Amino acid sequence: MDGELTLQDKKDLDKFIKFFALKTVQVIVQARLGEKICTRSSSSPTGSDWFNLAIKDIPEVTHEAKKALAGQLPGIGRSMCVEISLKTSEGDSMELETWCLEMNEKCDKEIKVSYTVYNRLSLLLKSLLAITRVTPAYKLSRKQGHDYVILYRIYFGEVQLNGLGEGFQTVRVGMVGTPVGTITLSCAYRTNLAFMSGRATGEDDAGTFPSVEDSQEVCTTSFSTSPPSQCVFTVSKTHFQTPRPVVMDTLKVPLLGLTFTNQMIVPSKEGGIPVLPLHPAPGTQADHDRMPLCNLTDMNQHVAATPSSSGETELLSKSSEGKSGTPQDTLETTFTRKVGAFVNKPTNQVIAANMDLPFAVFASKIVESEDTDVMVNPPDSPTLESPLHASLHSDQSSGSSGLTQDEFVMVELKPAFSKDDFLPMDLGTFYREFQNPPQLSSLSIDISAQSMAEDLDSLPEKLAIYEKNMEEFDAFVDTLQ
Amino acid sequence: MNCRSQTLELTVEARQIEETVLAVLHTVLLHRSSGKFHYKKEGTYSIGTVGTEDVDCDFVDCTYVRVSSDELDRTLRRSVGEFKDALRNSGSDGSGQISLEFYQKKKSRWPFSDECIPWEVWAFKLNVVNLANEQERQICREKVGEKLGEKIINIIEVMNRHEYLPKMPTQSEVDNVFDTGLRDVQPYLYKISYQITDSLGTSVSTTMRRLIKDTLAL
Repeated sequence: MDGELTLQDKKDLDKFIKFFALKTVQVIVQARLGEKICTRSSSSPTGSDWFNLAIKDIPEVTHEAKKALAGQLPGIGRSMCVEISLKTSEGDSMELETWCLEMNEKCDKEIKVSYTVYNRLSLLLKSLLAITRVTPAYKLSRKQGHDYVILYRIYFGEVQLNGLGEGFQTVRVGMVGTPVGTITLSCAYRTNLAFMSGRATGEDDAGTFPSVEDSQEVCTTSFSTSPPSQCVFTVSKTHFQTPRPVVMDTLKVPLLGLTFTNQMIVPSKEGGIPVLPLHPAPGTQADHDRMPLCNLTDMNQHVAATPSSSGETELLSKSSEGKSGTPQDTLETTFTRKVGAFVNKPTNQVIAANMDLPFAVFASKIVESEDTDVMVNPPDSPTLESPLHASLHSDQSSGSSGLTQDEFVMVELKPAFSKDDFLPMDLGTFYREFQNPPQLSSLSIDISAQSMAEDLDSLPEKLAIYEKNMEEFDAFVDTLQ
Repeated sequence: MNCRSQTLELTVEARQIEETVLAVLHTVLLHRSSGKFHYKKEGTYSIGTVGTEDVDCDFVDCTYVRVSSDELDRTLRRSVGEFKDALRNSGSDGSGQISLEFYQKKKSRWPFSDECIPWEVWAFKLNVVNLANEQERQICREKVGEKLGEKIINIIEVMNRHEYLPKMPTQSEVDNVFDTGLRDVQPYLYKISYQITDSLGTSVSTTMRRLIKDTLAL
């Protein structure tokens, strides 16, 4: 058999490489979402699961990847890279790892495309699944939310590893030979996690930033699922010394908050810069970073319509104001709302306001009306009903200047397993009404003290009566035996 | 054809045995499991989809990925449980080795029973230590987590050498190559066995060989 690739084989190979690249990006990004991934095996082939693996597709990620590829395929000299970085709530950022999908010139002309190459690509994806849980960034990504978030960036072209600091390690995931070249997948990860300051203020003095400043211009884009007019772009420059003449229109996208349907952003009040770090409330325990926050699905429908979502957007914009400090001209933005992955229906939004009180989350209930929809009107402070609310906020420890009392609002308690709130008395209403029962009178101090004194006084009288009736009591006791 | 074999070794605390062994076995089986085959006419077949699941370890600072198949998980847990009990019963500070062997069945003529020809063997040797206090345990937890991560990378490196794999079988031959008994996935035929050495380093008088997957015995 000659070494020429048939047309069909060439088409197949291109398709395989394209979808392999897209699935690679999905696996890497999903592994950095901070949640455990679980997909089901299916014995009957669905026809849509590439490489016979159940890897879900997050639409935004696919969109980003396709944009970066811009119709090209990874090839010799054209690598597709996924860069994972960490960004703190103060704005410092650090590249953690770079995954590279490359191709070299070593060809395997004899290999069967539709069979062997396909199966080996499948094996490589499995390896990628396993390895993404083992590199240091995985543990960091599982703990993201409160102090930092994980961002990803896809770019195409030359591999850039300078942002990883000194002594970075490389691990090869695997290689697959094809008739047009050998596909290799590898990861370069930072080992020196000593944090380098890379403030995005822009006006700090130059030349004092070690590694982060070598990273290229980043463009933070936020995606809105409401009409295109709501889409807001911000571009900010991390302080860099050597401009890189490579692909510039790349995006650094935060991972926390990605769902498999849509992702929501909110234009905040400072001139359209979306800032949505929905960090857990100050005082929240560090390991409580997996709160069941709102599960967004189609925010197109929800943003303007439902009270719950509008309350949440308000919350997000408020909390972000506090968390990100004073707004700056070149404010880098992230949105970090924790949403559930793989969720397709809207569920409750319960925000733990403060963990000092048990069940503090149920302490106050605020229902937002449409008028407070931040998309429509500038947000107002919602009124607070519960007397406990003041105590909740007195314990806030973050000290952020922008925090207001209304920061943590509780919207529409929807207890699990209860029906919708159509009935006059459902579980949620019941709970709210009876969650603050009055104290037992016998437990209140005054009354108990009083009765104690009375008891003591009446004791001698009682004793006399009992002694008199002793025979009666004895007879009674005998009847019991 | 020579059977290739890999040995991994790890030092763990007793309570970490189960998780480390499961992590290794599942990582290997992830790479050696396919979707269910559905044979069609003309000798073609289609393959089902394999799902994956992240598993966090409790006593080791590590997360591994396994195939989404509860049946397979149960089977492995059973064998690992036996291995763990045997290790613990052998006394403290012992060591043991658990092996995962992939084999092909070769039909033989009567009266000979079918041959099982191994083509890949993974041996995982564990040395068990006892730790004195909680601080040591915490350090051990992290260290073993790191080492386990290295082992996973080693496994992946071997897997991606793309060395010998059994040919894809025809429908009549599929049971000689794959374990078709599971509902949702189809791993290559495998068996798990283990060996315990006590702290003196000698083999225990009965080398326990348990076949988890029974081959056809005539």
